Amino acid sequence: MTPFAYDRAGSSADAIRLAQATAATHYLGGGTNLVDLMREGVATPDRLVDVTGLSAAIEPTPDGLRIDAAVRNTALASDPRVRRDYPLLARAIVAGASAQIRNMATVGGNLLQRTRCAYFYDDAAACNKRVPGAGCDAVDGFNRIHAILGASPACVATHPSDMAVAMAALNAVVTIDGPDGSRDVPLTDFHRLPGGTPEIETVLARGELITAVTLPPLGFGARSTYRKVRDRASYAFALVSVAAAVDVQGGTVADVRLALGGVAHKPWRAFAAEAALRGQPATAASFRAAAEAELADAVPLRDNGFKIELAKRTIVAVLEELTGEAA
Amino acid sequence: MHFTINGRGVDADFDLRTSLLDLLRDHLGLTGSKKGCNQGACGACTVLVDGERINACLALAVQYDGRSITTVEGLADATGLSPLQAAFVEHDGFQCGYCTPGQLCSAMGMIDEVRRGVPSVVAADMADGDIVLDHDELRERMSGNLCRCGAYNGIVNAIADTFAAETHSKEPA
Ligand SMILES: Cc1cc2nc3c(=O)[nH]c(=O)nc-3n(C[C@H](O)[C@H](O)[C@H](O)COP(=O)(O)OP(=O)(O)OC[C@H]3O[C@@H](n4cnc5c(N)ncnc54)[C@H](O)[C@@H]3O)c2cc1C
Ligand code: FES
Ligand code: FES
Repeated sequence: MTPFAYDRAGSSADAIRLAQATAATHYLGGGTNLVDLMREGVATPDRLVDVTGLSAAIEPTPDGLRIDAAVRNTALASDPRVRRDYPLLARAIVAGASAQIRNMATVGGNLLQRTRCAYFYDDAAACNKRVPGAGCDAVDGFNRIHAILGASPACVATHPSDMAVAMAALNAVVTIDGPDGSRDVPLTDFHRLPGGTPEIETVLARGELITAVTLPPLGFGARSTYRKVRDRASYAFALVSVAAAVDVQGGTVADVRLALGGVAHKPWRAFAAEAALRGQPATAASFRAAAEAELADAVPLRDNGFKIELAKRTIVAVLEELTGEAA
Repeated sequence: MHFTINGRGVDADFDLRTSLLDLLRDHLGLTGSKKGCNQGACGACTVLVDGERINACLALAVQYDGRSITTVEGLADATGLSPLQAAFVEHDGFQCGYCTPGQLCSAMGMIDEVRRGVPSVVAADMADGDIVLDHDELRERMSGNLCRCGAYNGIVNAIADTFAAETHSKEPA
């Protein structure tokens, strides 16, 4: 680990000011991802600004339920309003990592966790995300966990967060504060696809701080869930996951929210499937057609072709579960 | 920096790169907490911070300056083993014992989470505050602690036996 200075921020303004000090200053949440990456030499901050002491409230606002970035994952999943109004989010969080890690992890850090691609972690391997221009060993390597949607020749990594997939389905809004002021970005626009610059993962500019995530009201949010398919029953990243909420009126899909995890460089909002479902009968046939529409452009790599059918079947299974359509 | 460790005040001075696990083991001689993976994947380093379980290997010690930390060395008291520790002995909750300190601290944190109504993914309904600490709940809530010897049956039985009377019933507001 390279040496670093450490500061605890007492307020957002304080954090942003402290982060101006050097070009290699990083904010520090629970540290569950950053400390690991520092130990591996992938992240080399010269200064850490600890933001876990900032406000960690969950409060209703006119725009929805506002969750401060310093809220721990366990606290968010335990919040009675989240469990009642956005059960897919509570379930996504407790489907992730372990209880120990969820106790440490913050909302801001969870959104900004880096990919689990083994070549990204291995400094003997080529990785455009770690060293821009170095090449990508995953494209022709062991790529069972990699992306099937939205990838590029430069990078086929996936975003590993479960929480962010549920937030994408919920039209969550990320509030960002920085040296040039504050702005709101929809979560679906917050993470980027890799294109030719996979090292740029989000729209955050240097020194910008996530201060909160707001969940707008969703009338049919109570009828929602998150299903995660993985190699073991617990404490494993998603191969494929589905966050869904659905509103069925008289046997017809009046409205639906769908997002996928484990398939792309960002939480993947399934807009095509949603469009294909609205106004259709709530049947297994419509669900399958919607899944086909979403995965139409999926591109398999050597080892991960199974994810395409797995994603389709998981979408169908989740919608059947939510609409009471038995399989 | 100052910590309260197993109820005792401790002043410590160390390189900022030191993890909480290395502080405990290498600087303070508390070698009960174990280093299995050093990357958050095994739970052998689990300790309690203000009663909450965390992985000490993923924590920089400096982040926990001022906090109260309990390690496996703090679970027993002058009168002997804690009921959970005694149950591990009774039920053969270990073979080599390497994962045991983490399992013990984790189980203490786990039961506190159950009492507070923290949900787990095996709940059928996220909005339902009722937790019955049955086999599935217990396995899921302890899944952050691996045991390479595969002593899981004994571990589960020891924890289940210790907290047999514990269910939680609080509806979220
Ligand atoms: C063994 C293991 C298994 C895991 N399994 C899963 C899983 O199944 N599902 C899942 O979703 N996750 C999983 N995780 C990842 C875990 O969820 C993340 O490590 C965690 O959410 C990161 O949060 P943190 O607060 O610890 O972030 P940190 O590690 O502190 O920070 C992560 C990044 O965010 C930046 N940052 C933090 N806060 C802010 C802020 N407010 N503004 C701007 N930047 C900020 C930091 O600079 C850093 O770059 C796993 C992790 C481990 C170690
Ligand atoms: S040593 Fe900390 S989780 Fe394995
Ligand atoms: S008893 Fe040997 S690792 Fe668990």
